[in-house]
Amino acid sequence: MTPRSRLHVPSPPARPGQEPDFSYVQISPAGAVARPDVMAAPRDIESLSLEMVRVLGDDHRAVGPWNPHLEAPELQVALRHMLLTRLFDDRMQKIQRQGRISFYIKSTGEEAVAVAAGMAMRPTDMLFPSYRQQGLHVVRGRNLVDLMCQCLSNTHDFCKGRQMPIMYHWGKGNIFSISGNLATQFPQAVGWAMGAAIKGEDRIAASWIGEGSSAEADFHYAMTFAAVYQAPVILNLVNNQWAISTFQGFAGGEHRTFAQRGPGYGIPGIRVDGNDFLAVYAVTQWAAQRARQSGGATLVELVTYRAAAHSTSDDPSRYRPKDEWRAWPLGDPIIRLKQHLIALGEWSEERHAQLEKELEVYVTACWKEAETYGTLTHGPTLDPLTMFEDVFKEMPQNLVRQREELRELLAAHPEASVVPAAPVAKEG
Amino acid sequence: MARMNMVQALNSAMDVMLERDPRVVILGEDVGYFGGVFRVTDGLQRKYGESRVLDTPIAEGGIIATAIGMGVYGLKPVAEIQFADYIYPGFDQVVSELARIRYRSAGEFSAPVTIRTPCGGGIRGGQTHSQSPEGIFTHVCGIKVVMPSNPHDAKGLLISSIEDDDPVVFFEPKRIYNGPFDGDPHKPAVPWSAHPRGEVPEGHYTVPIGRAQVVREGRDVTVLAYGTMVHVAEAAVRAAGVDAEIVDVRTLAPLDVETLANSVCKTGRCVVVHEATRFGGYGAELVATVQEECFWNLEAPVQRVTGWDTPYPHAFEWEYFPGQARIAAALKEVMEAA
Repeated sequence: MTPRSRLHVPSPPARPGQEPDFSYVQISPAGAVARPDVMAAPRDIESLSLEMVRVLGDDHRAVGPWNPHLEAPELQVALRHMLLTRLFDDRMQKIQRQGRISFYIKSTGEEAVAVAAGMAMRPTDMLFPSYRQQGLHVVRGRNLVDLMCQCLSNTHDFCKGRQMPIMYHWGKGNIFSISGNLATQFPQAVGWAMGAAIKGEDRIAASWIGEGSSAEADFHYAMTFAAVYQAPVILNLVNNQWAISTFQGFAGGEHRTFAQRGPGYGIPGIRVDGNDFLAVYAVTQWAAQRARQSGGATLVELVTYRAAAHSTSDDPSRYRPKDEWRAWPLGDPIIRLKQHLIALGEWSEERHAQLEKELEVYVTACWKEAETYGTLTHGPTLDPLTMFEDVFKEMPQNLVRQREELRELLAAHPEASVVPAAPVAKEG
Repeated sequence: MARMNMVQALNSAMDVMLERDPRVVILGEDVGYFGGVFRVTDGLQRKYGESRVLDTPIAEGGIIATAIGMGVYGLKPVAEIQFADYIYPGFDQVVSELARIRYRSAGEFSAPVTIRTPCGGGIRGGQTHSQSPEGIFTHVCGIKVVMPSNPHDAKGLLISSIEDDDPVVFFEPKRIYNGPFDGDPHKPAVPWSAHPRGEVPEGHYTVPIGRAQVVREGRDVTVLAYGTMVHVAEAAVRAAGVDAEIVDVRTLAPLDVETLANSVCKTGRCVVVHEATRFGGYGAELVATVQEECFWNLEAPVQRVTGWDTPYPHAFEWEYFPGQARIAAALKEVMEAA
């Protein structure tokens, strides 16, 4: 028979109604992976891209060379940040369901990805997140009221109503503006890091991208420029298994790990248990030291699971088993750190319940305050004429004219500026 | 005849073409198993298989480039870009490649690709889920640009686009996927089932590319509009009590100059309406065409009603959206002139 080619179409291990199956996820035992010198040559540490750095064992003890040996108070702060991130997400999702914000994206199950990396870096380092790293703002001490006001597009919104919910930025906190277009931040972070190297400063950059959006050309730009200039940047690829309805096989994860792409470009690639706070912290610390010592960039694949829907516009029960998260072999990052602290004798179920209650009260208080600055349906509202600002530093004549036109229109039709309830945005 | 909304009509167009023509393949992010984030490809993978309705990696440049390659092979790819706002990573492939393959190979190669993409605002999508970039594409020679305003035209024009031997960028105004929208967000949504253009034949039919349609006849002024704005213009005209003729442009490139010119030469007045930003926008092309064809018949300067020259703001989408009040003001202006 004449040989013929056939199109291979990747298929996830389980669809709705089927048993979850994560046997494809290769997991190393905790403590099993060697920790090389931070200045090791990429070719000598290629195995890091195949194995999985893990510190927390099944007995909740921290083991092995990657153990960052953090003090108990620091671990308690980490637990608090992760828990606060989760409770904040849960609250905002509920608020979206009540129609009080237009859209939301949760980071449930992935809290360690942002919180551990954020804690392992210096406050002066620059962060270029995607839309699921709200934990970075929590780590850097951002007032939740500010984040809520952004989601509300109200009078205290630091985006002045211009961005969809969760598209935060924070100049003072060194967290860059989130784009609704995927992957664009990845090469930008490399450029920022090149800037730091040009200036000869010790600040470094980090960026986050999903495994799905690593298919965009921007990923390739980032890797190539980072390799060519040995830019001081940590390139985090969050492999949470799902990009809306497409599983990681559609991003090229079927035959090789995402971390293996690093060595392909001449950059170390490290695969890490993304739900192990200590492992993520340790790997970030390693990559940060390397970057600061002119060792160049590191690609970190954080293996985790998107426990929530992609966004409030998404319904994952249409494309994956409903309870798939329960079968996820790397567990829940919050529960794992909690159990570790309990094993150390530095935490208890009672203290945990107490903390949860305290944070709930805090989130409620923040929401109450945020609402006083206006909601989608109730004032006070921003002045619509501000929409013409910041297109340019100096407003050109066509915009001055258009602003006057709108001013007259709103004076003649005050009802036009009453914000109606609108259908919820779909998001990709 | 069946009643369909725009999503169903577009789905039906692809269903018909997948059935009739084995060369047709659908590709895009989430279009296969899931059926698309707006459900436009729902059920097609189940019916035609994973090799004809393909989920793709998240890479718009890759989607468009591989669609070109498939087209060169002899297939008829229909690529979905999930939001028009996401199309730019594929821009080089559209402008430098798709639009010029026939030209640069003196006709030896071509890629009959259809790129479907939802556009427009009004769904609280903010600046990255609300854009109307049609004017960027009409400026490129070698691609056809289509934007339907109703289910009947959506299906007929999509079938024409897929059958066309040249590339087509097919914009779908997402605000009217489920019903015609007159620009007043305070009013309850109206379904397509109550609209005459919600009647859609179930089988194969075409609406020709390159032909505008007069959707309301009138004597005093011509309104040129397309997509969502056709419905907003209709409502504004009704409210203003003007005897306006409304032309749904439907195909932005190539433009049906004759239908436009006949109307404006008859009425002597013209208002151009689109949701996209104003400066250098498609409206400027319409205004230029009108003055070239109808200068001696014009009674008043042609007016443009458009989105402001800013990104689409999340909080102020209705202050941004060129609604009925602004169209009414433009109608008044042209009617009162001279």
